[in-house]
Amino acid sequence: MKRFILPLGVFVALLGFLWVGLRLNPREVPSPLIDKPAPAFALAQLHLPERQIGTRDMAGQVWILNVWASWCVACRQEHPVLMEMARMKLAPIVGLNYKDARDEGIANLQRAGDPYVVSAFDQDGRVGIDYGVYGVPETFVIDKRGVIRYKQIGILTPEIVTGTLVPLIAKLNQEGGNG
Amino acid sequence: MAKWIAAVLMSLALCAHADEDLDKRAAALEEELRCLVCQNQTIADSHAGLAADLRREVREQLAQGKSEQEVLDFMVQRYGDFVLYRPPVKRTTWLLWFGPLLLLVAGAALLVLRLRAGRSRAAGPQPSEEELQRARALLDNDKEQP
Amino acid sequence: MIPELGSFALMLAFCVALLQGVMPLAASLRSGSSATRWLAVARPAAYAQALLVTFAFACLVQAFVANDFTVLYVASHSNTLLPLYYRVSAVWGGHEGSLLLWIQILVLWTAAVAALSRQLPAEVVARVLGVMGLISVGFLAFILWTSNPFERLLPGAAEGQDLNPLLQDIGMIAHPPLLYMGYVGFSVAFAFAIAALIGGQLDAAWARWSRPWTLVAWTFMTLGIFLGSFWAYYELGWGGWWFWDAVENASFMPWLVGTALIHSLSVTEKRGSFKNWTVLLAIMAFALSLLGTFLVRSGVLTSVHAFATDPKRGLFVLVFLALVVGSSLLLYAWRAPQVGLGGRFALFSRESLLLVNNVLLVAAAGTVLLGTLYPLFLDALGMGKISVGPPYFETVFVPLMSPMLLLLAAGPFLRWKQAGFKDVRSLRWVGAAAVLLAIAAAIAVGMSPLLVMGLALAAWILLGTVWHLLQRLRVFEDNRTRFSHRLSTLPGSYWGMLIAHAGIGVFVIGVTLVKGREISHDVPMQSGDIHHVGGYDFRFVGLQDVQGPNYSAVRGTFDVTRSGKHVTTLLPEKRQFVSGGMPMTEAAIDRGPTRDLYLALGEEVKPGNWIVRIQHKPFVAWIWSGALLIAFGGLLAALDKRYRLKKDKV
Repeated sequence: MKRFILPLGVFVALLGFLWVGLRLNPREVPSPLIDKPAPAFALAQLHLPERQIGTRDMAGQVWILNVWASWCVACRQEHPVLMEMARMKLAPIVGLNYKDARDEGIANLQRAGDPYVVSAFDQDGRVGIDYGVYGVPETFVIDKRGVIRYKQIGILTPEIVTGTLVPLIAKLNQEGGNG
Repeated sequence: MAKWIAAVLMSLALCAHADEDLDKRAAALEEELRCLVCQNQTIADSHAGLAADLRREVREQLAQGKSEQEVLDFMVQRYGDFVLYRPPVKRTTWLLWFGPLLLLVAGAALLVLRLRAGRSRAAGPQPSEEELQRARALLDNDKEQP
Repeated sequence: MIPELGSFALMLAFCVALLQGVMPLAASLRSGSSATRWLAVARPAAYAQALLVTFAFACLVQAFVANDFTVLYVASHSNTLLPLYYRVSAVWGGHEGSLLLWIQILVLWTAAVAALSRQLPAEVVARVLGVMGLISVGFLAFILWTSNPFERLLPGAAEGQDLNPLLQDIGMIAHPPLLYMGYVGFSVAFAFAIAALIGGQLDAAWARWSRPWTLVAWTFMTLGIFLGSFWAYYELGWGGWWFWDAVENASFMPWLVGTALIHSLSVTEKRGSFKNWTVLLAIMAFALSLLGTFLVRSGVLTSVHAFATDPKRGLFVLVFLALVVGSSLLLYAWRAPQVGLGGRFALFSRESLLLVNNVLLVAAAGTVLLGTLYPLFLDALGMGKISVGPPYFETVFVPLMSPMLLLLAAGPFLRWKQAGFKDVRSLRWVGAAAVLLAIAAAIAVGMSPLLVMGLALAAWILLGTVWHLLQRLRVFEDNRTRFSHRLSTLPGSYWGMLIAHAGIGVFVIGVTLVKGREISHDVPMQSGDIHHVGGYDFRFVGLQDVQGPNYSAVRGTFDVTRSGKHVTTLLPEKRQFVSGGMPMTEAAIDRGPTRDLYLALGEEVKPGNWIVRIQHKPFVAWIWSGALLIAFGGLLAALDKRYRLKKDKV
């Protein structure tokens, strides 16, 4: 007669999963690029189109790649946090201006301030695809060896900066930087 | 080197196909990929900017001679398994892909057990003497009704 | 004032539901006259609850009609520009209001059970109403504690946010009520099952009482799913009609189990067998309805259907689900072993075939559940994120369902208890004819093995069903004079079976041909361009701007010709609603019995130059017709005379 208890058993297991599921976010797509080399790119700079900026220029140091656009409303919320990060001199922040119009991107930075050491101009979004960008803003932390160690999907908040980024970058800075 | 030769041969072979074939192959692939922005449509149906970019990638890569699997691998490298509407068959998805078969087999087993139990049981539990007497009494009562 | 009255009515309804739920069930613990009094609470409580909830619902409707934007829910889902009929349907356009609709339909079903069950023993009715009362308690608590539609917004908004433009459509007006009639209707079968478990009386009579209610619920479920699919086809603009989306699956699973249930009930009714199985199916059908409610409102799965999510609400529904289904499965585990096995039957008999049918349907429902929840399983176990979409479901579902389709035609030929090979011998000709027809059709439209298989199964079902009718009427015997008599004495349940089974055959034809032979092109076109699809020529004539009551649109004009002869003019639109949001695509469809021509505007790449989606979809109308036939079959079976009230019974 134990088989009559089986439906209840299956149901309880199901409940367990559903309960855990309430805390998860089904829409978030974690990056498969964590702990993998950052996809190489070399793009024209936003302000100086005749000059280039790419992964090779940032090799040997811990750096941050922030994907932004002038049409992105959430990026405006994040902007003050980026400015603060630049002031703290946490790590050089490279901007990836994603699918934007050059003059609007430049105007945006003039208006709100420029936390980036330099911004790369990714007009058709191909570099974004290489980095698995699906929503703006997104932020990557890349170590001295050019490996992506962290990805933030969505807005950076002061809590994330102090709680996650500061300790992470401190740790990465202590690591060696062999090619 | 071998891969390079294969790619060249493949692209030569593919050039022989009409553009229409490329459309069909691209359309088929687009039905397999999930739009990450709206997340409830294929990139074929989605109007999102990223969907359009990914459709362009699919088309360009197929035109360059990449195979369907290579295009899918490209997407998975960047977005993870989430981007595939047909989940890959790996250890973590064995239960998913073989589950339906398991369910059927389990159901069939239950079925066979049930049918055997039904047949092997004798004509059902025999009524006791007391029950038989009660039954007779009831029937007699019934007969007395007009 | 009126919203507060509505809220108050809901609170009163909660109290009444509590009485209705607790007292009749607790009466089994008491004895004598107090037990009878407690049992007698059930019916009046059911009527009172119906009145109160209907009043509350009317208050919400009034708030929408009067554009009362001091009610938060109204302000979020309505707008002064919205036409009246949409203002009314906006009542169930969001989470809180759709819950109120759920309850409204539940109390109506409860009142119906109370009114139409005079011939049932008092304790049975009381227990059934008691269980339904407890379900009401849960939902009313959910509404009152977490999702009150009457919550105020003070100061009131000047203008509402508008009903989601996707919902501004007649299909969307009818789809939720029909679907809920189904979901909620399964609670009646559930209540009957629980009442029978509690009372220890699981017999053929219980099945006979339960079956018409279940059939009606199942019919509504069929119609609700059909309408959702039909609506998605013309409204969403991509030409599809089923996406195996989480919420679509949430309605399909109870339907599959419900189908198993109505077949299982007929066996229990006629032969007294399958009792445990039938009870379990009744519990499962309603459990899946509740699970669907959970999935849509908890944020646990992404879906285009999902309501605005709130983990607190999700937790409430989960706890409710745990209590209702957990306690019923516990009751089942406790009582089921004591239920006898009922009538025995041979390995080759109608019973055994129906048992196989049930196993297949439950396996199918289980598969859909597996696919729907698997991403959640993996994520919860920290094993990564995957997607499970149409490619998976289509790959596993067809092999699972095909055996069932095969058995469908043969089943009615087998006798009860012990069938012989003689019963089905004549079917070999039907089989041969089906295969030949399928091959002929496939040669006509373009050969492919899947096409032949699908068409052969459909022909097998249709021919087998007709053959059964002819055999039953004994057309081939000499007694012509008795023919009309035999025809008129065929019971409703028999017609129901015939038509529903035939409907499945028609449905399979539609699905096979659309999936196998559909042509879809996405092409850039500008004024003057002509594109050929499926033997038709589509000429883009031009664009114009049009105004609607609450939107402005770009309308394209397309002339469709075939071999030079004009067929139709299609007018697809891209609508931008005044209230904002993404532009909506209104597809233009020319429907026909053998094909639909589907045209939708995609993106404007350059001024005047649009990407247009043109589709030729053969026999897609047979999908809808098949579904309607299935629903009609269910209705006929429910109206069978033997379920009607026997007025002369003492």
